[in-house]
Amino acid sequence: MRKSLLALAAGLLLAGSVSAASAADKLKVGFIYLGPIGDLGWTYQHDVGRQALVKELGDKIETTYLENVPEGPDAERAIEQLVRAGNKLIFTTSFGYMDPTLKVAKKYPNVHFEHSTGYKRDKNMSTYSAKWYQGRYIQGLIAAKMSKSGVLGYIGSFPIPEVVSGINATILAAQTINPNIKVKIIWANTWFDPGKEADAAKALIDQGADVIMQHTDSPAAMQIASERGKLAFGQDSEMIKFGPKTQLTSILDTWGPYYIDRVKAELAGTWKSEDTWGGLDSHMFAMAPYTNMPDDVKKMAEDAQAAITAGKLHPFKCPIVAQDGKTVECKGGANLDDGQILGMNFYVKGIDDKLPGK
Amino acid sequence: MELVEAIILAVLAASTPLLIAATGELVTERSGVLNLGVEGMMIVGAACGFAGAWLTGSILVGALFGIVAGTLMSLVFALMALGLAVNQVATGLALTILGIGLSGLIGAGFVGERITPAAHLYIPGLTDIPLIGRVLFGEDGFVYFSIALIVGVWWFLYRTRAGLILRACGDNHVSAHALGYPVLRIRTFAVMFGGACAGLAGAYLPLAYTPFFIPGMTAGRGWIALALVVFASWRPGRLVVGAYLFGAVTILQLHAQGWGVGIPSQFMSALPYLATVIVLVLLSRARTGGSTAPAALGTVFVPDR
Repeated sequence: MRKSLLALAAGLLLAGSVSAASAADKLKVGFIYLGPIGDLGWTYQHDVGRQALVKELGDKIETTYLENVPEGPDAERAIEQLVRAGNKLIFTTSFGYMDPTLKVAKKYPNVHFEHSTGYKRDKNMSTYSAKWYQGRYIQGLIAAKMSKSGVLGYIGSFPIPEVVSGINATILAAQTINPNIKVKIIWANTWFDPGKEADAAKALIDQGADVIMQHTDSPAAMQIASERGKLAFGQDSEMIKFGPKTQLTSILDTWGPYYIDRVKAELAGTWKSEDTWGGLDSHMFAMAPYTNMPDDVKKMAEDAQAAITAGKLHPFKCPIVAQDGKTVECKGGANLDDGQILGMNFYVKGIDDKLPGK
Repeated sequence: MELVEAIILAVLAASTPLLIAATGELVTERSGVLNLGVEGMMIVGAACGFAGAWLTGSILVGALFGIVAGTLMSLVFALMALGLAVNQVATGLALTILGIGLSGLIGAGFVGERITPAAHLYIPGLTDIPLIGRVLFGEDGFVYFSIALIVGVWWFLYRTRAGLILRACGDNHVSAHALGYPVLRIRTFAVMFGGACAGLAGAYLPLAYTPFFIPGMTAGRGWIALALVVFASWRPGRLVVGAYLFGAVTILQLHAQGWGVGIPSQFMSALPYLATVIVLVLLSRARTGGSTAPAALGTVFVPDR
């Protein structure tokens, strides 16, 4: 009885999350999602990308997705399930799927894999990610212009390089407007807990921050900022619905063009294992419309966006001075190189806080 | 001073869902039933509560939807664990898995919608008193209800005959049965009460805390409520201490990070759990030793006729 009940529950879950697959001879493309497609953030945006793919190439391909797949051993099983169902190109869309994807890729050399935000590759396994720090730089400029108190509030998820480089890019930009700008950082130690994210936003506002930025996934912080009459930036997706008079802009993950490119390559037989780390110039992400700000600030943001897209402005332009006062070695010539940014584990000068674990 | 008030307000908001869910589970466990499905009942309560409020525009209707949804979920548990005498631990875990899936299904159409959160009390004069005004006279209805609920449960368990019988079922179901009490019926009511509370606690999240619905938004609060019941050694008074302490440390560690005290944030995030466990263990050590758990907790009871 006990076993059958658990099996029933597990069956219900799987049945609910596997989308229909039919028709032969079309190229089958599979997706593994971390959260539910209704999370309004990370997974939601990947699914928007998948839908764009279906719209563009729907007559030649057929897509399947598995949502709510936990990182770890379960992921391996889920990926293999997609392989056995005949998928020839599989996108695994979270950092924690890195090793499971690699393992399955070695087992099935004739299937192509694409892993998001990781660093391990193989003959039949590509990686793809986006230079979100470029967007954070633009947000830093806007934040410094819009803040009356000179205190920014930043909600972090985990102190990993991607998040740390985002904080640094923000503060470096803000310092070009207001050299004395302060940033208060609260780590939620979770990607997703709306209640805790809301509590963190409340704490930051109660301590004097008047522009809230986040690197967690739910619109809770936006909603709190809106309730308190402050300003905020969205994350991953458009969040203006939760703060019509609050959202300044939002970094929007736009995976659609990349997915279409890769599937076209697969259809043409030209797919190769690659490492893609795209910035604003590659349409890997976009900025939501600049709202709730005066025209001059909007123009400044648009100019910065154009300069970054054209490669004329680099957020980590040397010299970069770390928190301890030492100048960071400049490996990329005029700016830090990709490796330094991908492995960033220090705060820049001007941040009072201590980086956890340092 | 304003900061102190803001912190207290945030603490009360963070503690209330834990207190409501844990109160329900305390009654369930006092009757001898271990329902590990609190998280599942909460998240279904959150989805249905939001649906109710969004469809009707009334927070009260939303709260009632949450209560009914939680109760229905608990009836599934009662049918399996009490009616068919299935292992309670397995059934409770299955209920959580079921609830997470079900809530995603129910809530799918409501993701991205917004509602106006529950109104806060406002009494001219009283609410404007500095420092304590908003804390005492400016909360939403859920906060006042949660306090009334735990006081009511204390009174019921220790001051009424029905409460005594319920505790008897939890401590020795064979004796209670021999005395002629309908053990399974009493336990079913206790499970339903637990479900109603979990559903309400879940509904509190989208109705008052963060006024939107997102799948998985309970984010483990059901498990914390379960743990609180154990560490409060099944006593309502300690449960209040535990719930508010957990909420307080959660909020204070966020503020401490904002102030930049330089303690690793990973440790700070673990602090609410540590502090609550330590304080509640010390509290239960201070009195008498030995286990305070209901003696028949989690054991299956099949009447012999």
